Amino acid sequence: MAEVTMTVNGKSVTKSVKGNTLMTDFLREELRLTGTHVGCDTSQCGACVIHVNGQAVKSCTMFAAEADGAEVATIEGQANADGSLSVIQAAFQEHHGLQCGFCTPGMVMSAAALLKENPKPTEAEVRDYLEGNICRCTGYHNIVKAIMAASGQDVSSIAAE
Amino acid sequence: MPKDQGIGASTKRREDVRFLTGAGNYTDDINVHGQAYVHFLRSDVAHGTINGINTSAAEGMPGVVRIFTGADFEGVGGLPCGWQVTDKNGEPMQEPAHPVLAQGKVRHVGDPIAAVVADSLEEARNAAEAIELDITELDPVVDMKAAVAGGAKVHDDLSSNLCYDWQFGSETEAVEKAFAEAAHVTTLELVNQRMVANPMEPRVAVGDYSRANDESTLYTTSQNPHVIRLLMGAFVLGIPEHKLRVVAPDVGGGFGTKIFHYAEEAFCTFAAKACNRAVKWTASRSEAFMSDAHGRDHVTTIKLALDKDNNFTAVHTDTYANMGAYLSTFAPSVPTWLHGTLMAGNYKTPNVQVNVKAVFTTTVPVDAYRGAGRPEATFQLERVIDKAARELGLDPIALRRQNFVTQFPYATPVAVEYDTGDYHATMDKMEELIDVKGFAARRAESEKRGKLRGLGINCFIEACGIAPSNLVGQLGARAGLYDAATVRVNATGSISVMVGAHSHGQGHETAFPQVVAEMLGIDENMIDIVHGDSSKIPFGMGTYGSRSIAVCGSAMVRATEKIINKAKKIASHLLEASEADIELKDGQFSVAGTDKSVAWGDVTLAAYVPHNYPLEDIEPGLEETAFYDPANFTYPAGAYACEVEVDPDTGAVDLVAFVSADDFGNVINPMIVEGQVHGGIAQGIGQALLENCAYDENGQLLSASYMDYAMPRADDLPNMANYRVDHSCQTPCTHNPLGVKGCGEAGAIGSPPTVINAIVDALQSGGHKVDHIDMPATPQRVWEAMNG
Ligand code: FES
Ligand code: FES
Repeated sequence: MAEVTMTVNGKSVTKSVKGNTLMTDFLREELRLTGTHVGCDTSQCGACVIHVNGQAVKSCTMFAAEADGAEVATIEGQANADGSLSVIQAAFQEHHGLQCGFCTPGMVMSAAALLKENPKPTEAEVRDYLEGNICRCTGYHNIVKAIMAASGQDVSSIAAE
Repeated sequence: MPKDQGIGASTKRREDVRFLTGAGNYTDDINVHGQAYVHFLRSDVAHGTINGINTSAAEGMPGVVRIFTGADFEGVGGLPCGWQVTDKNGEPMQEPAHPVLAQGKVRHVGDPIAAVVADSLEEARNAAEAIELDITELDPVVDMKAAVAGGAKVHDDLSSNLCYDWQFGSETEAVEKAFAEAAHVTTLELVNQRMVANPMEPRVAVGDYSRANDESTLYTTSQNPHVIRLLMGAFVLGIPEHKLRVVAPDVGGGFGTKIFHYAEEAFCTFAAKACNRAVKWTASRSEAFMSDAHGRDHVTTIKLALDKDNNFTAVHTDTYANMGAYLSTFAPSVPTWLHGTLMAGNYKTPNVQVNVKAVFTTTVPVDAYRGAGRPEATFQLERVIDKAARELGLDPIALRRQNFVTQFPYATPVAVEYDTGDYHATMDKMEELIDVKGFAARRAESEKRGKLRGLGINCFIEACGIAPSNLVGQLGARAGLYDAATVRVNATGSISVMVGAHSHGQGHETAFPQVVAEMLGIDENMIDIVHGDSSKIPFGMGTYGSRSIAVCGSAMVRATEKIINKAKKIASHLLEASEADIELKDGQFSVAGTDKSVAWGDVTLAAYVPHNYPLEDIEPGLEETAFYDPANFTYPAGAYACEVEVDPDTGAVDLVAFVSADDFGNVINPMIVEGQVHGGIAQGIGQALLENCAYDENGQLLSASYMDYAMPRADDLPNMANYRVDHSCQTPCTHNPLGVKGCGEAGAIGSPPTVINAIVDALQSGGHKVDHIDMPATPQRVWEAMNG
């Protein structure tokens, strides 16, 4: 057991963890931040994506101890300070970019990282960036649309219907 | 002007807020105080005799609470099968026992042998490694045709590996005559490969037990909590319903695979009582691959007969359908009643006969996966029609149109009666959306770039909203297939609707209130849906087969009608008018032809504070329940098209355009309906191009992770500019109150043959005499077809 201290969604937390505790388990079980999901065991699905020091990271591939001293952001910290949905979250709702919601936290966290890196991505860039996020429900169409809309691009002319 | 609430409005989903903020409540998010964890030790061989299981070393390991094996479940029921098929000789299907933990033999990779319950998951896993197994390997049974020819038996107490040999539809004599007299016969052999549903949330079960009142609770990732309560309570564990609560909270997708009752659910419920401690199981993804029921896995020969004028005169099919090692809950119904009954398709073919041999193999059980039987039927029929058109030099669209059913109702030779439809309308829409006329120019342009371009089209019909209970009872269902809803109006006028349907992505919490709001003329936000908890809702058959709004929605309409009737009685009393004169509009009850009215909230308050109330005629309170048993299936239908570019050097297929024209009847929330179609199409395209659940000849599962099983990703699907989904053709269902048909499975049914038809068309345009490519059409398969 080792003591780790990190900032999670702006709040400092200190806990003792075992060396082999995955970041996902630390968030879900120790902090009860259950918005970060686990969809696979081979680091392929992206349901577990969080931000560590501003970078998108698959939390299932990281030990909690590695986050010692880091700034961590999870889906629970994405809404605006007044509790309203962030631009990306609101775009996902507006464009029906989620169905069962299981992949959604990872999608939103990936989208946020993409738009930070590339504020006006093309459709091809969005699709390419989502390589590591699997959604079984939506067929991605509305996720791609939501992310482009969140970047301020007009998606009304490319509606599916 | 689109509506902003009620039926037909694209109301934004209220459930999204919790999912988008990480506040969802999925089963794995539930921890019961003091819970233990279970790890299942599963077979790593396909087939073997269990000579011994030595748990003594493992029992002494740290944290171990108790280790269970098949012996602990002797005297406990096995997992039941919910559908009995009768074979062509009138005999019931062969139905093997399905123990919770293996007894005597293991029958597929992943079959659970022992279960270790421990204080932590890590301790459970470590202890499982210390269990010593003595298993003698037996010959695997993988190939279906070999399995029925003889050799090793999956179940020693059955006479063979044949579950049933089923025949259905037109009489053999009539079919043979039609083929003998045909001007042309087209034959095709094809495989509908094994698929894994892969909802992104792996299955989870948490069993809990209360000594205080002898009650068991199961939290589980299920599409139908009441069905699980019934099956597990009555058939497996012998717990009466009033002592058993099943909760399916937020569920992360299902696609069929979370319909069924699984061993892990029964285990956790049983073990919680045995250990007097809650027991939790969370599947890893690799465990999901070897324990979730798989889908499809049919091998078929189909023959189509045409007369000299190109009218279809007969269809004959011979299918081998893989059941896997045991019968999953609804497995026997999928290749039979959900498949054979759709083999007429959109066509007025007078003779249709379907033959299905269901076969046991040493593989994971196979059951319903999105579409369940209907994708298999559509794939065969639409592929053989395309091949016939090519052989006869006919336009595939014209050949289909010529044979369309146009008079409704239409009784098919395969037992169902289509109530309504307009197949020319969806075909017209599809031709417009894909721009059939411009295809030649697009093909020429592709050819200039050295690519082969193909246009594939496809029509389909499905039967949804299963189904009249008396009919399915005759067909072997061991359950009724109605649904139920309770509308509870509170004193201040807000409403809770308890529905038997279960939402695991379909947006019921948004769409169902739209209907009630429309009927009452009140704000949608005054209405909440309650689902997924057997202790809160009257009863329910859950969600699958695109039935939620057609069946449960109809129950909700009926219950709301009862509410309106009673509320009008109260209003007539308050307004001192005759009940017949009371009208309800925009949440106001008024007396026809006068300006006298009372608001919705006044009436609801009077129902609960009945000071001025007709107590001699009606009871206080305002709550009504309805059960709805559908009169028929619903028959959504559509026409799909896509264009592909094939690289002749590599065999790579680029899906450059895709369009769908669906007829779902009336639509409650267009945004949600389109979302369902997007998802279905992606799964269908996944089947056509990417996904394959493969076993080797030893019965080892080769695709047990996302490294080996290719899930569709964002860049596997067509760009937004070349992709359209349309549901503007609407022939409302004639027998349910909303005129709705269901939209959940259409995409998965309609798209696989569309894609394969397009690939074959592309290859033919390059001079390759390729009649068929089995799915998934990987670059290697396409290249081999071109160069084979
Ligand atoms: S759970 Fe982390 S990538 Fe799947
Ligand atoms: S919304 Fe269900 S997996 Fe993406």
